[in-house]
Amino acid sequence: MKNELPKWADYILLPVINLTVAFIVAGMVVLMVGENPLEAAYILVRGAFGYGGGIAYTMYYATNFIFTGLSVAVAFHCGLFNIGSEGQAIIGALGVALAALTLDHLMPWWVIFPLAIVGSALFGAAWALIPAWLQAKRGSHIVITTIMFNFIASSVMVYALVEVLKPAGSMAPQTRTFEQAGQIPKLDWLFEVFGSGLQGAPLNLSFFLALIMAFLVWVLIWRTRFGYELRTTGTNPTAAVYAGIPPVRTIVITMLISGGLAGMMALNPVMGDQARIELDFTAGAGFVGIAVALMGRSHPLGIIFAAILFGMLYQGGAELSFDMPNISRDMIIAIQGLVILFAGALEHMFRPSLIRLFSRFGRSSDASLAEAA
Amino acid sequence: MELIFGLDVLNSTIRLSTPLLLAALAGLYSERAGIVDIGLEGKMLGAAFAAGAAAFTFNSAWAGLFAGVAVSIMLSMLHGFASITARGNQIVSGVAINFVVAGVAILLGQKWFGLGGRTPQLHGVERFREITMPGSEALRDVPVIGWLYSGILSGHAVLVYMAFLAVPVTWWILYRTRFGLRLRALGENPAAVDTAGISVTWGRYRALVVCGLLCGMAGAYLALGLSAGFVKDMTAGKGFIALAALIFAKWKPVNVMFAALLFGYLEALGIRMQGKVLPLIGEVPVTMIQALPYVLTVVLLAGFIGKAIPPKASGIPYVKER
Repeated sequence: MKNELPKWADYILLPVINLTVAFIVAGMVVLMVGENPLEAAYILVRGAFGYGGGIAYTMYYATNFIFTGLSVAVAFHCGLFNIGSEGQAIIGALGVALAALTLDHLMPWWVIFPLAIVGSALFGAAWALIPAWLQAKRGSHIVITTIMFNFIASSVMVYALVEVLKPAGSMAPQTRTFEQAGQIPKLDWLFEVFGSGLQGAPLNLSFFLALIMAFLVWVLIWRTRFGYELRTTGTNPTAAVYAGIPPVRTIVITMLISGGLAGMMALNPVMGDQARIELDFTAGAGFVGIAVALMGRSHPLGIIFAAILFGMLYQGGAELSFDMPNISRDMIIAIQGLVILFAGALEHMFRPSLIRLFSRFGRSSDASLAEAA
Repeated sequence: MELIFGLDVLNSTIRLSTPLLLAALAGLYSERAGIVDIGLEGKMLGAAFAAGAAAFTFNSAWAGLFAGVAVSIMLSMLHGFASITARGNQIVSGVAINFVVAGVAILLGQKWFGLGGRTPQLHGVERFREITMPGSEALRDVPVIGWLYSGILSGHAVLVYMAFLAVPVTWWILYRTRFGLRLRALGENPAAVDTAGISVTWGRYRALVVCGLLCGMAGAYLALGLSAGFVKDMTAGKGFIALAALIFAKWKPVNVMFAALLFGYLEALGIRMQGKVLPLIGEVPVTMIQALPYVLTVVLLAGFIGKAIPPKASGIPYVKER
């Protein structure tokens, strides 16, 4: 009996089955609160893709999730579970604010934007440095340290906003609004081409930055020497050491990249939308990144699709809560949890039965399967 | 001095430590058996919601406790199924449970009570009320003893006493019973347990039932003891502070109590210090006090104040040799 699935089943069929089960369970939750799941799904998809502004909003949310999804995925490839993307994104915002607040009177946006990118990545990476170093040097479990660093990050942010960055005389814990030069241009022109404006959606240039980063992550992981070392360390740390790959360096650099990607997520809401740091601007995007990375199987292309799916859930979910008052945005959190459960924790649940199925029916068509793979 | 070690600070330390203590002990059973539990937060939240809803519906705090514990054990079994039977990633499973509960609790709350996810305000027998310990009135004026007995130890909900009682009981179970010996072995060397002819699967499931039970009590105390009903995000990271306390205590029951008391004290102090101005320090940075448990845990994990070594087999699914 063959104990393996054909590649296409492993990479496409199994995730699709897992995802379908997650959505069936989500549908049951919708039934439990007394609404029609099919109708809910229809409203959700229409809200996310039915009109120009909806699509733009979906892409805006997807931008956040591409960054955090990539962040989690890079660490995954090295066998590290970075739950700290949320905290790294929060601290990344300080890097964005540093660039925008000091320079928005002096420079045009195309000078500030690159500086803000560097700033956000550096701050995010710095926040990942201590957990990384502790994992590599002292063996402190990175899951625990990054969870702790998430909480410390939100405390730091509260402190920074209330004590340092809040303009004098203001009560709200937020920075002053950035000048025009401290904001990332919106993508109106892209939507004008299709004859629809953004209709108020905050989709901006950082969407393209996210796509570029996805490509660069693919290059890094599968086309560079360091990417090879990273994957080797992730697959078999002992073998990696035998092969002369320095584990401490690999872990620390991987986490710096992961933290940097998470930090860059802050660009989108802070500089692209609100033009200031508000408390809770991340809105849990760091945690969505875990679901996105799991669903996208840690491949940049998969992550982009998964991020768009979650962007759809966030945007469509907002519309859904208007039409069906029993379904609040908490539905999205539940769906997110179900996706993490079925695509992550229970990812192997259907594997044995699928293998059995394939070995029973697949023997006669082995040749055609091999071709398909 | 009065501000830092006053009666009301120490009194609320006991109250605020209780959910941490129960949840950390819950984590102890799970992690000592080799199952990492990031889902304490979610289980507590689920239990708090079920407790609030059931206490209101059946007009009884005990019904609330029962419902909370039942929900928490069910979630614990889900975690068990994912990490023991399906051999999935235990951390991923815990994260998933936290999110599922956070979403579903609010949806059901809104559907059942229409209060935006809250459960209705609880009154009278729907809550666990303060128990005045015998003789505490008579002893109130005795120096030291009166302060300790009547001021601090007396006047808490029954779950508080159960939580602190759970500490010696856990110690006894862990170090003096067969179940405890096997539990510890499951976390350190499951293959040895298997070789001795004892089921690893069954042992770990049993540990998770205890974990669910204690976590359910923690959640029920939040909704029925500390407050009067369930509100959104009621746990507010308490599950993770409990996890921190567990690590801080190096997975030992008596240490867990002291760690929970320390973190509970910091929380009480943080609330008390809000907006206070101290000589020399100036206005107290409350956010920094609130972040202290997390910072302390990281420092401990870094090995600067003793080394925290988790059970050796925790986080690794057990695969029987063939």
